[in-house]
Amino acid sequence: MMLLSRTASSLYWLGRYIERADFIVRIVEATVRLDVLSSRPAGEVAWSSALTVTETDADFAESGAAMTQTQVVKFLTLDTSHPGSVLHCLSRARDNARAVRTALSRDAWTAINRAWMIFENHAGVGGTSATLNMVEAVKNETRGFEGAVHRMLRNQATWFVRLGQAIERADNTARLLDVKYHILLPEGEKVGGVVDRDQWTTILQTVSAVTAYRWLYSDGLRAANVIDLLVTRKEMPRSLAASVEEVVDILGDLARHTGAHGEADRMARMREARTTRTRSSEVIASGLHQYLRSFIDENAQLHGAIGRQFRFG
Amino acid sequence: MGKRNAFDEIMGFSGAAPPRPALAALGEWLADTPEHELRRRQEAAETTFRQLGITFAVYGESEASERIIPFDIVPRVFLKSEWDRLSEGLVQRVEAINAFLDDIYGARRILDEGVLPADLVLGNDQFRPEIAGIRPPHGIAAHICGIDLVRTGPDEFFVLEDNARTPSGVSYMLENREAMLRLCPELFRELRVAAVDSYPDLLLETMKSVAPHGAGPTPRCVVLTPGHYNSAYYEHSFLADSMGVELVEGADLIVDDDVVWMRTIEGLVKVDVIYRRIDDDYLDPLVFRIDSALGVPGLIAAYAAGNVAIINAPGNGIADDKAIYSYMPEIVKFYNGAEAKLPNVETFRCREPSALTYVLENLPELVVKLVDGSGGYGMLVGPTASKAEIETFRAALIAEPQRYIAQPTLALSTVPTMADQGLAPRHVDFRPFVLSGSDGVRVVPGGLTRVALKEGSLVVNSSQGGGTKDSFVLMDDGASGSAQSQSADGQTQTMGSMSQNQGGAA
Repeated sequence: MMLLSRTASSLYWLGRYIERADFIVRIVEATVRLDVLSSRPAGEVAWSSALTVTETDADFAESGAAMTQTQVVKFLTLDTSHPGSVLHCLSRARDNARAVRTALSRDAWTAINRAWMIFENHAGVGGTSATLNMVEAVKNETRGFEGAVHRMLRNQATWFVRLGQAIERADNTARLLDVKYHILLPEGEKVGGVVDRDQWTTILQTVSAVTAYRWLYSDGLRAANVIDLLVTRKEMPRSLAASVEEVVDILGDLARHTGAHGEADRMARMREARTTRTRSSEVIASGLHQYLRSFIDENAQLHGAIGRQFRFG
Repeated sequence: MGKRNAFDEIMGFSGAAPPRPALAALGEWLADTPEHELRRRQEAAETTFRQLGITFAVYGESEASERIIPFDIVPRVFLKSEWDRLSEGLVQRVEAINAFLDDIYGARRILDEGVLPADLVLGNDQFRPEIAGIRPPHGIAAHICGIDLVRTGPDEFFVLEDNARTPSGVSYMLENREAMLRLCPELFRELRVAAVDSYPDLLLETMKSVAPHGAGPTPRCVVLTPGHYNSAYYEHSFLADSMGVELVEGADLIVDDDVVWMRTIEGLVKVDVIYRRIDDDYLDPLVFRIDSALGVPGLIAAYAAGNVAIINAPGNGIADDKAIYSYMPEIVKFYNGAEAKLPNVETFRCREPSALTYVLENLPELVVKLVDGSGGYGMLVGPTASKAEIETFRAALIAEPQRYIAQPTLALSTVPTMADQGLAPRHVDFRPFVLSGSDGVRVVPGGLTRVALKEGSLVVNSSQGGGTKDSFVLMDDGASGSAQSQSADGQTQTMGSMSQNQGGAA
């Protein structure tokens, strides 16, 4: 079946918004653990960095709310006055999903609708356990959505959802690393100190890689290893390398189906070739921040090329 | 005239146990299933509907704008013989509607022969002079009709309203059945119920059968929706989904050189058949409302050129107009040659002085409706109205009689329904769906049953607190399963005793 350009666009954005909602709840969860459940509460710093990662720090400052757990969690989950909250992302995901109901399976749609319904009657965020319950509920539904997408017909519809997810995931991981890089590569502080441990675990938790890290690296928590894991390891689903490869694969599936290649294919393949050659030691030596900034920019350019190639940009 | 009880479709005229003999099995099920269990299942169904997003928007409400229509767990049931007779009447009526539309936008024989007053048609807002003379592909204009019926006895059906534009509700027919199959599987063992799930296939066949002649062996069909903010969007997406065709919005289509194309990720693709769920007014800004952003500029030109089939055809509003409705018995007879098998509800046309006099004298017993109203708005239900309401309508009737029709209040049938205090009879109406393609007319064995949830209420509209029920059409008369074997035993015994008696008398 021919896919409408509008449908392709909605599916792609649906993928991006679901992924973003999932990412924000993970940030919230990891920050709660870092601040509230840790033996050494990280306090304001933790919450302010959660806002920076999700690029909502300016909006939050404007709202005039205090930098406390309750206020930040509320801002990042329920507040729809700015585009960076979980509820906003889920509403946009649901709107897009509604517009393309026909392209989604029933399971995929109900997962999104149920995720949105979690917030239907939520006026406040409650305490820590209520927040963690909410996080768990959202993660359940996004996992359900993920599973449903993988059980859908392997056709253009699923590819566009997954393409949106892969592009968004690449962006999110790069942002997470960029904001936390001063923790990973502290200036003038002894690497491996006790404070770092909680912070690093936060990063790994956000990308669900705590266990994966233990499997892959046997020499304890080290900055170089965390960077290696999240930048170059293709077997780690949320790494930059894995996201980059997935974008190439999905675009390849689409090209085989439509019989035509375009600007986005070329860009994605070039990026993959470069990423494959990248060594984490070189990235650290030449500057992680610069590397991540240019990665984020290139990802945005690829996003634009995808829109043009499939006539929805 | 003695007031008889309303006919209860399960319990019969008595309204209480025992149920109608053919529905003994259903009566048993009702009696044996505990009330809390029925309520639990009903809630489970409603939860599913909410998760699926089978919601509708309530006009005039700013908040909580997404609601589900309440679902009632007790089905209404048609016996096979009842359904067969009803179907014949539906086919006859829909054939007449198609013949009428073909005639009105063509030769206008019915006006020439004086069966209908010409001004009632040609001066009617629903008549579209823009499309006069355009013949739809295969000569069919009303491909999907929803005929609203009420019932007063086992075989007494009356047409309340014809819907020949874009009748909605078919997704409820299908989703309600899904819910019943899942929640009450035991009922389907007791009763042999005709399946309704072939509806999307039949609809697609109907669409393909009316494709323009140049469309080739695999015409491309689409469903055209105003978008996902429309209150019936769920149904649009549901139908496109279950037919496996694209759901398009106006902006997805363009007309070039009188051919309709849709924009896809691979470029433009030709479209042959459009099931549109957009009103005529918004269909093509070049022909109808200029300010419509929902439609497709040039669509009517492509239609006139015979390059695309539009389902239902534009201009159909003239066939289901309330003013035309009262002439339907004459219309059926004119085209069919025989009397209408499905009667109208007796209708007083207030534009006629003698009818107006009668209506004004009998307002407390009548239902008065605006000719161009819908959704239960602008309506007086005499028996339940206050004195003041009646006087308001009296004044309106005297001022503008041509805007109103009036009908007697019928003893509408009821079906047991889950109410706050337990099962109780509630009034129902019915909308079966009739498909007309170049290969014939088909009635799907089922439909949308709407139920007035308030005690005594006759208004079933979802905007006014109505709900829905599943509608079973049985595949054989008399019940199957245990009920059938019981009656068979009874028969054998009677026969045996008869032959004994005969022997003794000889």
